[in-house]
Amino acid sequence: MKATVLVRPKQGILDPQGQAVESSLRQLGFAVDGARIGRVVDLEVETSDPAAARAEVERMCEQLLANPLIESYEIELTGPQA
Amino acid sequence: MTSPQPRIGVLRFPGACDDRDALWALSALDADANFVWHTETELPELDAVVLPGGFSYGDYLRCGAIARFAPAMEAVVDFAAAGGLVLGICNGFQILCEAGLLPGVLRRNESLSFICRDVPLVVERTDTPFTTRCEGGQVLTIPIKHGEGNWYADDDLYAELEARRQIVLRYAEPVNGSRNDVAGVVNERGNVLGLMPHPEHAVDSLLGSADGALILSSLVESAREHTLAAA
Repeated sequence: MKATVLVRPKQGILDPQGQAVESSLRQLGFAVDGARIGRVVDLEVETSDPAAARAEVERMCEQLLANPLIESYEIELTGPQA
Repeated sequence: MTSPQPRIGVLRFPGACDDRDALWALSALDADANFVWHTETELPELDAVVLPGGFSYGDYLRCGAIARFAPAMEAVVDFAAAGGLVLGICNGFQILCEAGLLPGVLRRNESLSFICRDVPLVVERTDTPFTTRCEGGQVLTIPIKHGEGNWYADDDLYAELEARRQIVLRYAEPVNGSRNDVAGVVNERGNVLGLMPHPEHAVDSLLGSADGALILSSLVESAREHTLAAA
């Protein structure tokens, strides 16, 4: 099944990329208040069991996809069985 | 009796770019320095390991995140656990943080700019194997060249590191947004140091500064003591 991982800078963690994008959006005339930049990882996991898939992807996040010191993550299972 | 040359391994990852400078500088400072390819599963007999700067594996995902899984890095983790001396410079520091050998993480510079210039550094400790040739409070001039050198630890972790005196080098002025101007951190045991500045680029006055040689020659001396102890 498919899994999508959203990795975000944690609340309160400085995000200079987000700040640069926010100020660029303002220069373009958009009224934005805060922009934060994260990362999306789309995965195809071999198992078709949603619970097993979630547990597996959580381990991937802890070990590689996110740095828990500064990033939080959310997992969305998007396969047909989810 | 002539003193033996300590054996220092310089790890080579795909995308490293400061490996030759590190090898040259260590050799000039009287070490028997040799490259270790990243696919090696075992290290040769070594008295110290240096992880050089560069952009290992293209900095994919996060700087250092992929290099941490290189076979040679597993050997370095064992080497460090056995008390071996490990120095990580720039990307090497990032790799050591990702591998969990050093605390904290290196983020994008606050300015988002790649910064390449000489910076003043204050030596906070001289009782580590990497700073014995420095004086306490001494200000060293050593270049930095990085886009992700903005070191961060949360309040609890930072307080622990301060209490254990694990901050070894600080920028004398704000440089990249690094928490409390931290430029170099040692592990609790004191045998693994990571720093963003490049001592290997400052080992001769022709290069603008020879202050980096104080750090590298401290490492060479400490490694030599290890050679002698093992003999």
